[in-house]
Amino acid sequence: MSDSLATAAIAAQYEIAERRRRVYSGLVLIFMVVLVIGGVRIAEDVNAGGLWSGLPNIFDYPADILGQAYTKGWEFWTIPFTVQHADHGISHTYFYYLVETLNMALVSTLIGFFLGAIISILASRNLVKNRVIVWVTRRVTDISRAFPEIVIALFLIFIFGKNPIAAVAAIAFHTTGALAKLFSEVNENTDMKPWEGLEASGASWLQKIWFGIIPQVWPNWISYALLRLEINVRASAILGFVGAGGLGQQFKTFVDWKFGADIAAIILLLISAIILIDQLSTWARHYFIGKEAH
Amino acid sequence: MILNIQGLTKKFGVNTAVDNASFALEKPQMIGIIGRSGAGKSTVLRMVNRMTDATDGIIEFEGRNILTLTGRAKRAWQADCAMIFQQFNLIPRLDVMTNVLMGRLIDHSAIGSILRLFTRDERLQALAALDRLGIAEHAIKRAEALSGGQQQRVAIARALVQDPKIILADEPIASLDPMNAQIVMDALRDIHERDGRTIIANLHTLDTARNYCDRVIGMRDGRIVFDGASHELTETAAREIYGAGAEFDEAATSTSISAISNTAIAEPALAVAG
Repeated sequence: MSDSLATAAIAAQYEIAERRRRVYSGLVLIFMVVLVIGGVRIAEDVNAGGLWSGLPNIFDYPADILGQAYTKGWEFWTIPFTVQHADHGISHTYFYYLVETLNMALVSTLIGFFLGAIISILASRNLVKNRVIVWVTRRVTDISRAFPEIVIALFLIFIFGKNPIAAVAAIAFHTTGALAKLFSEVNENTDMKPWEGLEASGASWLQKIWFGIIPQVWPNWISYALLRLEINVRASAILGFVGAGGLGQQFKTFVDWKFGADIAAIILLLISAIILIDQLSTWARHYFIGKEAH
Repeated sequence: MILNIQGLTKKFGVNTAVDNASFALEKPQMIGIIGRSGAGKSTVLRMVNRMTDATDGIIEFEGRNILTLTGRAKRAWQADCAMIFQQFNLIPRLDVMTNVLMGRLIDHSAIGSILRLFTRDERLQALAALDRLGIAEHAIKRAEALSGGQQQRVAIARALVQDPKIILADEPIASLDPMNAQIVMDALRDIHERDGRTIIANLHTLDTARNYCDRVIGMRDGRIVFDGASHELTETAAREIYGAGAEFDEAATSTSISAISNTAIAEPALAVAG
Protein backbone atom coordinates (compact mmCIF):
# COMPACT_ATOMS: atom_id res chain seq x y z
CA MET A 1 0.00 0.00 0.00
CA SER A 2 2.70 2.46 1.04
CA ASP A 3 4.68 1.21 -1.96
CA SER A 4 1.99 2.20 -4.44
CA LEU A 5 1.65 5.56 -2.65
CA ALA A 6 5.38 6.16 -3.06
CA THR A 7 5.17 5.20 -6.73
CA ALA A 8 2.25 7.59 -7.21
CA ALA A 9 4.27 10.37 -5.61
CA ILE A 10 7.20 9.69 -7.95
CA ALA A 11 4.84 9.63 -10.93
CA ALA A 12 3.38 13.01 -9.87
CA GLN A 13 6.90 14.45 -9.52
CA TYR A 14 7.79 13.12 -12.94
CA GLU A 15 4.69 14.76 -14.42
CA ILE A 16 5.71 18.12 -12.95
CA ALA A 17 9.25 17.74 -14.33
CA GLU A 18 7.85 16.77 -17.73
CA ARG A 19 5.54 19.81 -17.83
CA ARG A 20 8.43 22.08 -16.86
CA ARG A 21 10.57 20.57 -19.64
CA ARG A 22 7.83 21.29 -22.20
CA VAL A 23 7.50 24.88 -21.04
CA TYR A 24 11.27 25.38 -21.39
CA SER A 25 11.26 23.81 -24.88
CA GLY A 26 8.39 26.09 -25.92
CA LEU A 27 10.18 29.19 -24.61
CA VAL A 28 13.37 28.27 -26.47
CA LEU A 29 11.37 27.73 -29.68
CA ILE A 30 9.67 31.13 -29.37
CA PHE A 31 13.05 32.75 -28.69
CA MET A 32 14.52 31.17 -31.85
CA VAL A 33 11.62 32.31 -34.03
CA VAL A 34 11.88 35.87 -32.70
CA LEU A 35 15.63 35.78 -33.34
CA VAL A 36 15.20 34.69 -36.97
CA ILE A 37 12.47 37.21 -37.72
CA GLY A 38 14.46 39.96 -36.04
CA GLY A 39 17.58 39.05 -38.03
CA VAL A 40 15.73 39.15 -41.33
CA ARG A 41 14.18 42.52 -40.44
CA ILE A 42 17.56 44.01 -39.58
CA ALA A 43 19.12 42.64 -42.77
CA GLU A 44 16.31 44.16 -44.81
CA ASP A 45 16.70 47.55 -43.15
CA VAL A 46 20.44 47.62 -43.87
CA ASN A 47 20.29 46.37 -47.47
CA ALA A 48 19.33 48.82 -50.17
CA GLY A 49 17.64 46.10 -52.25
CA GLY A 50 15.43 44.44 -49.70
CA LEU A 51 15.08 40.69 -49.23
CA TRP A 52 11.49 40.22 -50.42
CA SER A 53 11.73 42.50 -53.44
CA GLY A 54 14.99 40.79 -54.53
CA LEU A 55 13.66 37.25 -54.14
CA PRO A 56 11.95 36.93 -57.57
CA ASN A 57 15.27 37.83 -59.28
CA ILE A 58 17.18 35.04 -57.54
CA PHE A 59 17.56 32.97 -60.73
CA ASP A 60 18.47 35.82 -63.07
CA TYR A 61 22.22 35.74 -62.49
CA PRO A 62 22.66 31.94 -62.72
CA ALA A 63 20.52 31.91 -65.88
CA ASP A 64 22.76 34.59 -67.38
CA ILE A 65 25.95 32.62 -66.60
CA LEU A 66 24.55 29.31 -67.82
CA GLY A 67 23.30 31.01 -70.98
CA GLN A 68 26.79 32.30 -71.76
CA ALA A 69 28.25 28.84 -71.05
CA TYR A 70 25.67 27.23 -73.36
CA THR A 71 26.56 29.46 -76.30
CA LYS A 72 30.16 28.14 -76.09
CA GLY A 73 28.89 24.66 -77.06
CA TRP A 74 31.31 21.74 -76.75
CA GLU A 75 34.20 24.15 -76.48
CA PHE A 76 33.00 24.86 -72.91
CA TRP A 77 34.53 21.59 -71.67
CA THR A 78 38.01 22.57 -72.85
CA ILE A 79 38.00 25.87 -70.96
CA PRO A 80 39.62 24.51 -67.74
CA PHE A 81 42.50 22.94 -69.69
CA THR A 82 43.40 25.67 -72.16
CA VAL A 83 44.75 29.15 -71.48
CA GLN A 84 41.87 31.62 -71.70
CA HIS A 85 42.05 35.37 -72.23
CA ALA A 86 45.81 35.48 -72.71
CA ASP A 87 45.23 39.02 -74.02
CA HIS A 88 44.02 40.01 -70.53
CA GLY A 89 47.24 38.74 -68.96
CA ILE A 90 46.00 35.28 -67.79
CA SER A 91 49.11 33.11 -68.16
CA HIS A 92 47.97 29.61 -67.09
CA THR A 93 45.04 27.19 -67.44
CA TYR A 94 42.31 27.11 -64.79
CA PHE A 95 43.34 23.58 -63.96
CA TYR A 96 46.79 24.93 -63.10
CA TYR A 97 45.20 27.52 -60.80
CA LEU A 98 43.11 24.78 -59.17
CA VAL A 99 46.29 22.84 -58.41
CA GLU A 100 47.73 26.04 -56.93
CA THR A 101 44.65 26.40 -54.69
CA LEU A 102 44.83 22.75 -53.62
CA ASN A 103 48.54 23.18 -52.92
CA MET A 104 47.85 26.17 -50.70
CA ALA A 105 45.27 24.15 -48.79
CA LEU A 106 47.54 21.12 -48.45
CA VAL A 107 50.62 23.02 -47.26
CA SER A 108 48.64 25.09 -44.77
CA THR A 109 46.86 21.99 -43.42
CA LEU A 110 50.20 20.20 -42.97
CA ILE A 111 51.74 23.17 -41.11
CA GLY A 112 48.58 23.52 -39.02
CA PHE A 113 48.61 19.78 -38.27
CA PHE A 114 52.14 19.75 -36.87
CA LEU A 115 51.88 23.01 -34.94
CA GLY A 116 48.39 22.11 -33.74
CA ALA A 117 49.57 18.67 -32.56
CA ILE A 118 52.39 20.17 -30.51
CA ILE A 119 50.21 22.90 -29.02
CA SER A 120 47.36 20.46 -28.32
CA ILE A 121 49.63 18.36 -26.12
CA LEU A 122 50.71 21.42 -24.14
CA ALA A 123 47.04 22.45 -23.82
CA SER A 124 45.88 19.09 -22.37
CA ARG A 125 45.33 19.13 -18.63
CA ASN A 126 46.02 15.42 -18.25
CA LEU A 127 49.41 15.59 -20.00
CA VAL A 128 50.89 18.79 -18.59
CA LYS A 129 50.98 19.29 -14.83
CA ASN A 130 51.97 22.95 -15.07
CA ARG A 131 48.67 24.89 -15.05
CA VAL A 132 50.31 28.06 -16.40
CA ILE A 133 51.51 26.32 -19.59
CA VAL A 134 48.04 24.84 -20.15
CA TRP A 135 46.33 28.20 -19.61
CA VAL A 136 48.72 30.11 -21.87
CA THR A 137 48.61 27.59 -24.75
CA ARG A 138 44.81 27.45 -24.56
CA ARG A 139 44.58 31.22 -24.86
CA VAL A 140 46.98 31.08 -27.82
CA THR A 141 44.66 28.61 -29.58
CA ASP A 142 41.66 30.81 -28.71
CA ILE A 143 43.33 33.81 -30.32
CA SER A 144 44.41 31.95 -33.47
CA ARG A 145 40.87 30.58 -33.85
CA ALA A 146 39.23 33.92 -33.21
CA PHE A 147 40.53 35.56 -36.42
CA PRO A 148 38.91 34.39 -39.66
CA GLU A 149 41.42 33.47 -42.38
CA ILE A 150 40.38 36.40 -44.53
CA VAL A 151 41.20 38.97 -41.84
CA ILE A 152 44.67 37.51 -41.28
CA ALA A 153 45.19 37.24 -45.05
CA LEU A 154 44.32 40.91 -45.63
CA PHE A 155 46.78 41.83 -42.90
CA LEU A 156 49.54 39.54 -44.27
CA ILE A 157 49.06 40.80 -47.84
CA PHE A 158 50.30 44.15 -46.60
CA ILE A 159 53.47 42.41 -45.38
CA PHE A 160 54.15 39.74 -48.04
CA GLY A 161 52.33 41.33 -50.95
CA LYS A 162 49.60 39.68 -53.04
CA ASN A 163 50.84 36.09 -53.27
CA PRO A 164 50.02 32.57 -52.04
CA ILE A 165 52.46 32.83 -49.10
CA ALA A 166 50.08 35.24 -47.38
CA ALA A 167 47.16 32.86 -47.91
CA VAL A 168 49.11 29.81 -46.70
CA ALA A 169 50.26 31.64 -43.56
CA ALA A 170 46.75 32.90 -42.87
CA ILE A 171 45.09 29.49 -43.28
CA ALA A 172 47.87 27.72 -41.35
CA PHE A 173 47.43 30.18 -38.46
CA HIS A 174 43.70 29.53 -38.20
CA THR A 175 44.11 25.77 -38.78
CA THR A 176 46.70 25.53 -35.99
CA GLY A 177 44.24 26.97 -33.51
CA ALA A 178 41.28 24.93 -34.73
CA LEU A 179 43.16 21.61 -34.80
CA ALA A 180 44.91 22.28 -31.47
CA LYS A 181 41.49 22.71 -29.87
CA LEU A 182 40.07 19.50 -31.42
CA PHE A 183 43.25 17.51 -30.78
CA SER A 184 43.41 18.54 -27.13
CA GLU A 185 39.84 17.29 -26.64
CA VAL A 186 40.95 13.95 -28.08
CA ASN A 187 44.05 13.97 -25.86
CA GLU A 188 42.01 14.62 -22.74
CA ASN A 189 39.77 11.63 -23.51
CA THR A 190 42.63 9.15 -23.78
CA ASP A 191 42.98 6.17 -21.52
CA MET A 192 45.76 7.07 -19.05
CA LYS A 193 46.60 3.48 -18.09
CA PRO A 194 49.39 3.10 -20.69
CA TRP A 195 50.76 6.45 -19.49
CA GLU A 196 50.86 5.20 -15.88
CA GLY A 197 52.48 1.95 -16.97
CA LEU A 198 55.24 3.91 -18.71
CA GLU A 199 55.62 6.36 -15.85
CA ALA A 200 56.06 3.50 -13.38
CA SER A 201 58.96 2.12 -15.44
CA GLY A 202 60.84 5.43 -15.50
CA ALA A 203 59.84 6.85 -18.89
CA SER A 204 60.47 10.55 -19.51
CA TRP A 205 57.65 12.96 -20.40
CA LEU A 206 58.39 12.83 -24.14
CA GLN A 207 58.55 9.03 -24.05
CA LYS A 208 55.20 8.88 -22.24
CA ILE A 209 53.69 11.18 -24.89
CA TRP A 210 55.11 9.23 -27.82
CA PHE A 211 54.31 5.72 -26.60
CA GLY A 212 51.41 6.28 -24.21
CA ILE A 213 49.36 8.93 -26.02
CA ILE A 214 50.21 9.15 -29.74
CA PRO A 215 49.25 5.52 -30.61
CA GLN A 216 45.81 6.16 -29.10
CA VAL A 217 45.10 9.58 -30.60
CA TRP A 218 46.57 9.55 -34.09
CA PRO A 219 43.62 7.98 -35.95
CA ASN A 220 41.38 10.72 -34.55
CA TRP A 221 43.98 13.37 -35.30
CA ILE A 222 44.19 12.24 -38.94
CA SER A 223 40.41 12.23 -39.19
CA TYR A 224 40.13 15.81 -37.95
CA ALA A 225 43.01 16.93 -40.19
CA LEU A 226 41.30 15.50 -43.31
CA LEU A 227 38.10 17.28 -42.38
CA ARG A 228 40.14 20.45 -41.99
CA LEU A 229 41.72 19.89 -45.43
CA GLU A 230 38.27 20.06 -47.04
CA ILE A 231 37.52 23.28 -45.17
CA ASN A 232 40.90 24.70 -46.19
CA VAL A 233 40.33 24.01 -49.90
CA ARG A 234 37.28 26.25 -49.72
CA ALA A 235 39.18 28.79 -47.59
CA SER A 236 42.08 29.02 -50.04
CA ALA A 237 39.64 29.46 -52.94
CA ILE A 238 37.96 32.31 -51.08
CA LEU A 239 41.30 33.92 -50.20
CA GLY A 240 41.94 34.25 -53.93
CA PHE A 241 39.25 36.95 -53.88
CA VAL A 242 41.55 39.23 -51.91
CA GLY A 243 44.40 38.58 -54.33
CA ALA A 244 46.15 35.67 -52.64
CA GLY A 245 46.48 33.68 -55.87
CA GLY A 246 44.98 30.41 -57.04
CA LEU A 247 41.63 29.74 -58.67
CA GLY A 248 39.75 32.15 -56.42
CA GLN A 249 41.67 35.11 -57.76
CA GLN A 250 40.73 34.23 -61.37
CA PHE A 251 37.15 33.68 -60.32
CA LYS A 252 36.95 37.14 -58.77
CA THR A 253 38.38 38.67 -61.96
CA PHE A 254 35.74 37.04 -64.19
CA VAL A 255 32.92 37.86 -61.80
CA ASP A 256 34.00 41.48 -62.17
CA TRP A 257 34.23 41.17 -65.95
CA LYS A 258 31.03 39.11 -66.19
CA PHE A 259 32.66 36.34 -68.31
CA GLY A 260 29.84 33.82 -67.78
CA ALA A 261 31.39 30.76 -69.44
CA ASP A 262 34.60 31.11 -67.45
CA ILE A 263 32.66 31.57 -64.21
CA ALA A 264 30.64 28.40 -64.87
CA ALA A 265 33.78 26.44 -65.76
CA ILE A 266 35.58 27.52 -62.59
CA ILE A 267 32.58 26.74 -60.36
CA LEU A 268 32.35 23.29 -61.95
CA LEU A 269 36.06 22.74 -61.43
CA LEU A 270 35.87 23.75 -57.75
CA ILE A 271 32.81 21.61 -57.08
CA SER A 272 34.41 18.54 -58.70
CA ALA A 273 37.62 19.09 -56.75
CA ILE A 274 35.78 19.37 -53.44
CA ILE A 275 33.65 16.28 -54.15
CA LEU A 276 36.81 14.36 -55.04
CA ILE A 277 38.60 15.45 -51.85
CA ASP A 278 35.52 14.65 -49.80
CA GLN A 279 35.43 11.12 -51.27
CA LEU A 280 39.16 10.61 -50.77
CA SER A 281 39.13 11.81 -47.19
CA THR A 282 36.07 9.75 -46.32
CA TRP A 283 37.85 6.74 -47.68
CA ALA A 284 41.05 7.62 -45.80
CA ARG A 285 39.20 8.20 -42.53
CA HIS A 286 37.47 4.84 -42.80
CA TYR A 287 40.78 3.22 -43.68
CA PHE A 288 42.62 4.63 -40.65
CA ILE A 289 39.87 4.44 -38.05
CA GLY A 290 38.34 1.23 -39.36
CA LYS A 291 41.70 -0.44 -39.11
CA GLU A 292 42.07 0.72 -35.52
CA ALA A 293 38.59 -0.13 -34.29
CA HIS A 294 38.36 -3.83 -34.83
CA MET B 1 68.18 -3.26 5.69
CA ILE B 2 66.79 -3.27 2.16
CA LEU B 3 63.63 -1.23 2.48
CA ASN B 4 62.74 0.94 5.45
CA ILE B 5 59.44 2.80 5.52
CA GLN B 6 58.88 5.11 8.49
CA GLY B 7 55.84 7.23 9.33
CA LEU B 8 54.61 7.22 5.74
CA THR B 9 51.52 9.46 5.44
CA LYS B 10 49.42 10.58 2.51
CA LYS B 11 46.63 13.13 2.78
CA PHE B 12 44.24 13.95 -0.07
CA GLY B 13 42.70 17.21 1.14
CA VAL B 14 41.08 16.38 4.46
CA ASN B 15 41.15 12.62 3.87
CA THR B 16 44.08 10.62 5.17
CA ALA B 17 44.65 7.74 2.76
CA VAL B 18 47.75 6.40 4.51
CA ASP B 19 48.29 7.19 8.17
CA ASN B 20 51.76 6.88 9.69
CA ALA B 21 52.60 3.51 8.10
CA SER B 22 55.92 1.89 9.01
CA PHE B 23 57.52 -1.41 8.06
CA ALA B 24 60.97 -2.66 7.12
CA LEU B 25 62.54 -5.43 5.06
CA GLU B 26 65.78 -7.03 6.26
CA LYS B 27 66.11 -9.42 3.32
CA PRO B 28 64.33 -9.97 -0.01
CA GLN B 29 60.81 -11.16 0.73
CA MET B 30 57.52 -11.68 -0.97
CA ILE B 31 55.03 -9.52 0.89
CA GLY B 32 51.28 -9.42 0.53
CA ILE B 33 49.33 -6.34 1.57
CA ILE B 34 45.68 -7.02 2.32
CA GLY B 35 42.78 -4.87 3.39
CA ARG B 36 39.44 -3.49 2.29
CA SER B 37 39.08 -1.28 -0.78
CA GLY B 38 40.16 2.22 0.18
CA ALA B 39 42.39 0.98 3.00
CA GLY B 40 45.39 2.72 1.39
CA LYS B 41 47.13 -0.31 -0.13
CA SER B 42 47.47 1.18 -3.63
CA THR B 43 48.56 4.55 -2.28
CA VAL B 44 51.43 2.89 -0.38
CA LEU B 45 52.71 1.16 -3.53
CA ARG B 46 52.30 4.31 -5.63
CA MET B 47 54.31 6.29 -3.08
CA VAL B 48 57.09 3.70 -3.11
CA ASN B 49 57.24 3.94 -6.92
CA ARG B 50 57.00 7.76 -6.67
CA MET B 51 53.91 7.96 -8.89
CA THR B 52 52.27 9.70 -5.95
CA ASP B 53 54.13 12.06 -3.64
CA ALA B 54 54.06 11.35 0.08
CA THR B 55 52.74 13.98 2.48
CA ASP B 56 55.10 12.90 5.24
CA GLY B 57 57.49 10.12 6.18
CA ILE B 58 60.57 8.35 4.90
CA ILE B 59 61.06 5.57 2.33
CA GLU B 60 64.66 4.37 2.40
CA PHE B 61 65.92 1.85 -0.10
CA GLU B 62 69.40 0.51 0.62
CA GLY B 63 70.02 3.51 2.88
CA ARG B 64 68.89 6.18 0.38
CA ASN B 65 65.73 8.24 0.90
CA ILE B 66 63.91 7.82 -2.39
CA LEU B 67 61.22 10.36 -1.53
CA THR B 68 63.60 13.26 -2.16
CA LEU B 69 64.69 12.09 -5.64
CA THR B 70 63.83 14.32 -8.59
CA GLY B 71 64.29 14.34 -12.36
CA ARG B 72 66.47 11.63 -13.82
CA ALA B 73 67.36 10.14 -10.43
CA LYS B 74 63.65 9.68 -9.71
CA ARG B 75 63.08 8.00 -13.08
CA ALA B 76 66.10 5.74 -12.47
CA TRP B 77 64.50 4.70 -9.17
CA GLN B 78 61.20 4.00 -10.95
CA ALA B 79 63.08 1.74 -13.36
CA ASP B 80 64.62 -0.08 -10.35
CA CYS B 81 61.17 -0.41 -8.81
CA ALA B 82 58.95 -2.08 -11.39
CA MET B 83 55.18 -1.88 -11.06
CA ILE B 84 52.43 -4.25 -12.19
CA PHE B 85 48.83 -3.05 -12.36
CA GLN B 86 45.38 -4.57 -12.04
CA GLN B 87 44.50 -3.42 -15.59
CA PHE B 88 47.98 -4.36 -16.97
CA ASN B 89 48.54 -0.79 -18.29
CA LEU B 90 50.08 -1.91 -21.56
CA ILE B 91 49.91 0.11 -24.78
CA PRO B 92 47.06 -1.73 -26.53
CA ARG B 93 47.93 -0.76 -30.11
CA LEU B 94 51.63 -1.59 -29.98
CA ASP B 95 53.02 -5.09 -30.35
CA VAL B 96 53.99 -7.22 -27.39
CA MET B 97 57.76 -6.91 -27.99
CA THR B 98 57.60 -3.10 -28.04
CA ASN B 99 55.52 -3.18 -24.87
CA VAL B 100 58.16 -5.28 -23.14
CA LEU B 101 60.98 -3.05 -24.45
CA MET B 102 59.23 -0.10 -22.75
CA GLY B 103 60.95 -1.42 -19.63
CA ARG B 104 64.27 -0.25 -21.13
CA LEU B 105 63.22 3.36 -21.85
CA ILE B 106 65.37 4.69 -19.01
CA ASP B 107 68.54 3.83 -20.99
CA HIS B 108 67.38 5.66 -24.12
CA SER B 109 67.01 9.30 -25.03
CA ALA B 110 63.59 10.49 -26.22
CA ILE B 111 64.80 10.62 -29.85
CA GLY B 112 66.49 7.21 -29.62
CA SER B 113 63.39 5.55 -28.25
CA ILE B 114 61.09 7.27 -30.77
CA LEU B 115 63.27 5.78 -33.53
CA ARG B 116 63.06 2.45 -31.65
CA LEU B 117 66.86 2.20 -31.39
CA PHE B 118 66.77 -0.70 -28.95
CA THR B 119 69.90 -2.86 -29.07
CA ARG B 120 69.95 -6.47 -30.22
CA ASP B 121 70.83 -7.42 -26.65
CA GLU B 122 67.73 -5.70 -25.33
CA ARG B 123 65.51 -7.40 -27.89
CA LEU B 124 66.93 -10.80 -26.94
CA GLN B 125 66.43 -9.93 -23.27
CA ALA B 126 62.80 -9.01 -23.95
CA LEU B 127 62.21 -12.24 -25.87
CA ALA B 128 63.84 -14.25 -23.07
CA ALA B 129 61.52 -12.59 -20.54
CA LEU B 130 58.49 -13.46 -22.69
CA ASP B 131 59.76 -17.00 -23.09
CA ARG B 132 60.18 -17.35 -19.33
CA LEU B 133 56.52 -16.41 -18.93
CA GLY B 134 55.48 -18.82 -21.68
CA ILE B 135 54.16 -16.24 -24.15
CA ALA B 136 57.10 -15.83 -26.57
CA GLU B 137 54.94 -16.96 -29.51
CA HIS B 138 52.75 -13.86 -29.07
CA ALA B 139 55.74 -11.47 -29.39
CA ILE B 140 54.63 -9.79 -32.63
CA LYS B 141 50.91 -9.59 -31.88
CA ARG B 142 49.29 -6.40 -30.72
CA ALA B 143 48.95 -6.28 -26.93
CA GLU B 144 45.17 -5.75 -27.22
CA ALA B 145 44.82 -9.06 -29.10
CA LEU B 146 45.91 -11.03 -26.01
CA SER B 147 43.73 -12.35 -23.20
CA GLY B 148 43.84 -10.70 -19.77
CA GLY B 149 46.12 -13.36 -18.30
CA GLN B 150 48.51 -13.08 -21.24
CA GLN B 151 48.52 -9.29 -21.00
CA GLN B 152 49.42 -9.45 -17.33
CA ARG B 153 52.32 -11.76 -18.21
CA VAL B 154 53.47 -9.21 -20.81
CA ALA B 155 53.39 -6.61 -18.02
CA ILE B 156 55.51 -8.91 -15.84
CA ALA B 157 57.96 -9.39 -18.74
CA ARG B 158 58.18 -5.60 -19.02
CA ALA B 159 58.97 -5.47 -15.31
CA LEU B 160 61.64 -8.18 -15.72
CA VAL B 161 63.56 -6.35 -18.48
CA GLN B 162 63.79 -3.37 -16.12
CA ASP B 163 66.02 -5.70 -14.03
CA PRO B 164 64.33 -4.20 -10.97
CA LYS B 165 65.47 -4.47 -7.36
CA ILE B 166 61.90 -4.60 -6.22
CA ILE B 167 58.60 -5.40 -7.97
CA LEU B 168 55.35 -3.79 -6.80
CA ALA B 169 52.14 -5.47 -7.89
CA ASP B 170 48.89 -3.54 -7.39
CA GLU B 171 46.08 -6.12 -7.38
CA PRO B 172 47.81 -8.17 -10.12
CA ILE B 173 45.12 -10.86 -10.26
CA ALA B 174 41.97 -8.91 -9.41
CA SER B 175 40.73 -8.90 -13.02
CA LEU B 176 41.80 -12.43 -13.91
CA ASP B 177 40.01 -15.76 -13.80
CA PRO B 178 41.25 -18.33 -11.23
CA MET B 179 43.40 -20.26 -13.71
CA ASN B 180 45.19 -17.15 -15.00
CA ALA B 181 45.43 -15.79 -11.45
CA GLN B 182 47.37 -18.89 -10.47
CA ILE B 183 49.70 -18.63 -13.49
CA VAL B 184 50.46 -14.99 -12.68
CA MET B 185 51.02 -15.63 -8.95
CA ASP B 186 53.23 -18.65 -9.73
CA ALA B 187 55.28 -16.43 -12.06
CA LEU B 188 55.72 -13.78 -9.37
CA ARG B 189 56.69 -16.39 -6.78
CA ASP B 190 59.21 -17.87 -9.23
CA ILE B 191 60.73 -14.43 -9.85
CA HIS B 192 61.09 -13.98 -6.09
CA GLU B 193 62.63 -17.40 -5.48
CA ARG B 194 64.92 -17.70 -8.51
CA ASP B 195 66.02 -14.08 -8.91
CA GLY B 196 65.87 -13.14 -5.24
CA ARG B 197 63.86 -10.03 -6.02
CA THR B 198 61.63 -8.42 -3.41
CA ILE B 199 57.97 -8.46 -4.35
CA ILE B 200 55.22 -6.46 -2.66
CA ALA B 201 51.74 -7.31 -3.87
CA ASN B 202 48.37 -5.85 -2.94
CA LEU B 203 45.97 -8.77 -2.82
CA HIS B 204 42.26 -8.99 -2.37
CA THR B 205 42.04 -12.62 -1.28
CA LEU B 206 43.43 -14.02 1.93
CA ASP B 207 44.28 -17.45 0.59
CA THR B 208 46.47 -15.97 -2.17
CA ALA B 209 48.35 -13.97 0.45
CA ARG B 210 48.77 -17.06 2.65
CA ASN B 211 49.79 -19.39 -0.18
CA TYR B 212 52.27 -17.19 -1.98
CA CYS B 213 53.67 -14.66 0.49
CA ASP B 214 56.28 -15.01 3.23
CA ARG B 215 54.83 -12.09 5.10
CA VAL B 216 51.47 -10.37 5.22
CA ILE B 217 50.74 -6.74 6.06
CA GLY B 218 47.15 -5.88 6.89
CA MET B 219 45.86 -2.34 6.42
CA ARG B 220 42.67 -0.77 7.72
CA ASP B 221 41.66 2.88 7.20
CA GLY B 222 45.20 3.84 6.17
CA ARG B 223 46.90 2.24 9.16
CA ILE B 224 48.91 -0.97 9.36
CA VAL B 225 47.01 -3.20 11.76
CA PHE B 226 48.76 -6.50 11.09
CA ASP B 227 52.32 -7.38 10.15
CA GLY B 228 53.53 -10.93 10.47
CA ALA B 229 54.41 -14.20 8.81
CA SER B 230 51.65 -15.49 6.60
CA HIS B 231 50.93 -18.49 8.89
CA GLU B 232 50.18 -16.03 11.69
CA LEU B 233 47.26 -14.64 9.72
CA THR B 234 44.40 -16.31 11.58
CA GLU B 235 40.73 -15.81 10.87
CA THR B 236 40.52 -13.54 13.96
CA ALA B 237 43.33 -11.40 12.56
CA ALA B 238 41.54 -11.28 9.21
CA ARG B 239 38.31 -10.09 10.90
CA GLU B 240 40.29 -7.33 12.55
CA ILE B 241 41.83 -6.25 9.19
CA TYR B 242 38.56 -6.25 7.31
CA GLY B 243 36.56 -4.89 10.24
CA ALA B 244 34.09 -7.73 9.79
CA GLY B 245 31.95 -9.51 12.32
CA ALA B 246 31.35 -13.22 12.91
CA GLU B 247 29.47 -13.53 9.62
CA PHE B 248 32.81 -13.16 7.76
CA ASP B 249 33.42 -16.37 5.84
CA GLU B 250 36.82 -16.70 4.28
CA ALA B 251 35.87 -19.41 1.80
CA ALA B 252 33.30 -17.11 0.25
CA THR B 253 35.99 -14.59 -0.74
CA SER B 254 38.36 -17.18 -2.15
CA THR B 255 38.98 -17.29 -5.87
CA SER B 256 41.41 -20.16 -5.97
CA ILE B 257 40.54 -23.38 -7.76
CA SER B 258 41.46 -25.54 -4.77
CA ALA B 259 39.05 -23.61 -2.52
CA ILE B 260 36.25 -24.32 -4.99
CA SER B 261 37.04 -28.01 -5.09
CA ASN B 262 37.13 -28.00 -1.27
CA THR B 263 33.57 -26.67 -1.12
CA ALA B 264 32.55 -29.11 -3.82
CA ILE B 265 33.77 -31.93 -1.61
CA ALA B 266 32.20 -30.41 1.49
CA GLU B 267 28.74 -30.12 -0.05
CA PRO B 268 27.95 -33.83 -0.54
CA ALA B 269 29.17 -34.40 3.02
CA LEU B 270 26.65 -31.83 4.24
CA ALA B 271 23.96 -33.39 2.11
CA VAL B 272 24.58 -36.74 3.78
CA ALA B 273 24.51 -35.13 7.19
CA GLY B 274 21.24 -33.34 6.31
